[in-house]
Amino acid sequence: MTGTPQTADGTPGNTPPDGPPPPPVTDTVTDTVTDAAPPAGPTPAPTPTAAAPAPSPAPLSNGLAAAGLAAVRGLWLAVSGIVAGTVLFSLTAVSIALVPVLGIGLLTTPPLLAAVRAHADKRRELCRTWGGLAAVGRPYRPLPPEARAGGPGGRARRCLALLRDPATWRDLHWLLAGTVAGALPALLPLALPAEGVFGVLLAAGLWEPVAGAQDGGVYWYAFVPVDSQGTANYAALLGLGWIALGLRFGPALLSLVFRLDAVLLRPTRRAALARRVARLQQTRHDAVDSSAAELRRIERDLHDGAQARLVAMGMSLSTAEALIEKDPAQAKAVLAQARRSSADALTELRDLVRGIHPPVLAERGLADAVRALALRLPLPVEVTAEVPRRLAEPVEAAVYFAVSELLTNAVKHAGARRAWVTLRHVPEAGLLHAAVLDDGHGGADPARGSGLRGVERRLGQFDGTLSVDSPPGGPTQVTLDVPCPAPGGPR
Amino acid sequence: MRVVLAEDLFLLRDGLVRMLEAYGFEITAAVDNGPELSRALRELRPDVAVVDVRLPPSFTDEGLQCALAARRERPGLPVLVLSQHVEQLYAQELLADGTGGVGYLLKDRVFDADQFADAVRRVAAGGTAMDPQVIQQLLARGGRDRPVETLTPREREVMELVAQGRSNAAIAERLVVTERAVAKHTSNIFAKLGLPVSDDDNRRVLAVLAYLDTR
Repeated sequence: MTGTPQTADGTPGNTPPDGPPPPPVTDTVTDTVTDAAPPAGPTPAPTPTAAAPAPSPAPLSNGLAAAGLAAVRGLWLAVSGIVAGTVLFSLTAVSIALVPVLGIGLLTTPPLLAAVRAHADKRRELCRTWGGLAAVGRPYRPLPPEARAGGPGGRARRCLALLRDPATWRDLHWLLAGTVAGALPALLPLALPAEGVFGVLLAAGLWEPVAGAQDGGVYWYAFVPVDSQGTANYAALLGLGWIALGLRFGPALLSLVFRLDAVLLRPTRRAALARRVARLQQTRHDAVDSSAAELRRIERDLHDGAQARLVAMGMSLSTAEALIEKDPAQAKAVLAQARRSSADALTELRDLVRGIHPPVLAERGLADAVRALALRLPLPVEVTAEVPRRLAEPVEAAVYFAVSELLTNAVKHAGARRAWVTLRHVPEAGLLHAAVLDDGHGGADPARGSGLRGVERRLGQFDGTLSVDSPPGGPTQVTLDVPCPAPGGPR
Repeated sequence: MRVVLAEDLFLLRDGLVRMLEAYGFEITAAVDNGPELSRALRELRPDVAVVDVRLPPSFTDEGLQCALAARRERPGLPVLVLSQHVEQLYAQELLADGTGGVGYLLKDRVFDADQFADAVRRVAAGGTAMDPQVIQQLLARGGRDRPVETLTPREREVMELVAQGRSNAAIAERLVVTERAVAKHTSNIFAKLGLPVSDDDNRRVLAVLAYLDTR
């Protein structure tokens, strides 16, 4: 925050602070994976996925560990599911029933539903981390603005909006069905081995007191009547079967639970479509807005710039024409002026063209355009690119301008001394990935900076996403992912 | 001096032909696309080629690619590349083989016919003509702790002209000083930047450009 790096950089003036004159920083623009390690910081770390219970028969110890994990997790799922499920379901049901009664329910329902959603979100998260499933989307509709207001009025509107959301009812449905139906398979990975161990213990002598405590002296272990050491041995045999079943199928049972949860918790087709439509509406709105603003800017630049200069040039030329015989020296001066006007007009047009669609991008494609951009900046930028020469043109342009904006931010706002750009096209995923890393002082916040928001909006038109990792003190890493199918062929 | 010219816009091609002919160049071919340029460079073996970066049929950097390919085939073939925009990336590619006989100028420079004709002659003679904008960009980047920052304003001015590819005589004329004064400036510059002194104009340019290009 104090800007120490800048002052340290700025004040020494002519004398290099230490060592040999050329800083060990070269502007190598490489095609290969960079070897200069970026500063310790946000490497694109994979999300912490807990070891998913993979039922692999290979080593026995692994299988046992997986079964043990499944047993513990299953117990947790069952207990938390039953407890939270019954409590939340009954409270919410009562609260909703109280809505018509003097509107009491209007006040109590929103916080309860928030708790239900938190519980459901926790389970969605577990489906991913414990269950190893793909991320389960949230199906909820965004609240309308009037329902976000404070006060009793806002709360009542919030309640009604929540009740109108089909996802609310699906959550309640899940609470009831999912936790009850899911609890049994969730408990089995623990219950089966436990019951099996009990069977073995019966054969080890426990049958006597247990059977003795029963009326008639017979204890039914599942379908085995235990009343002697012989029958207890049968119980032990069956128990070993239970243990084997529990160990073999425990992880599978647990993953069944997660799959059931995922089916109940993920957005319905209808809800997914509704969300998609809302998103498309928003991005289309942004696209129309930004292209209108862009056209307006171009119009103004041409009007005040090149157009005006050409008018001036025309006037100079006709003045020169009038002067050429009377006063050749003066005519020559006016002609020189006309030439300057035309040079200025060219410069302005060139800058304008660069802002519309950079010529290098048209001539060389994304990778070289970013390299050319890097060479233009006052700090060393290392560009690593693994992209085909040509990609879909609109995506190329969007990513180019996004990277340009991010690098400008690194120079202007982060006080960076170095930056790294990575471009990668993943044809299998149909995704263009770009990352801009700088060693500046960080603290970039997409919620505050209009620049980052603008980038996000522009990428949104292509269903692209932007994520920012910029702790105070730096470094800053911004990553972009834009859907981009492999090009049909070189153009 | 025999010139092959490649420019796809009729107005500009026509203007360039007139201008170069007025300065005594012989235009052996004036073509408007990449394949014809390649053929002309191979068959006519001109003394110098003046080439627009962007040419049909691809309207990408076809002219530049043709020029680079022709120089690979015939090292040192003098090529002056013209463009509506200058990019250091392209300048680096043109200079990469280190053989000289390379020019890279904004089309605007054609406005000054004398200087443009001079640039064509210089390139044809194996020299260099780099656009002032390329040099400015090279100077604009990089940290403050570079030895370039220790140059006096006059030395810096001289260095920019050296980097553009001008001879001591041309620099002296431009700055209205004696050639001796320019020689003194250049030896100071080379000493400050730690570059080996060379009487060969071309090697001198390449050394300065290479120096500016590394940080």
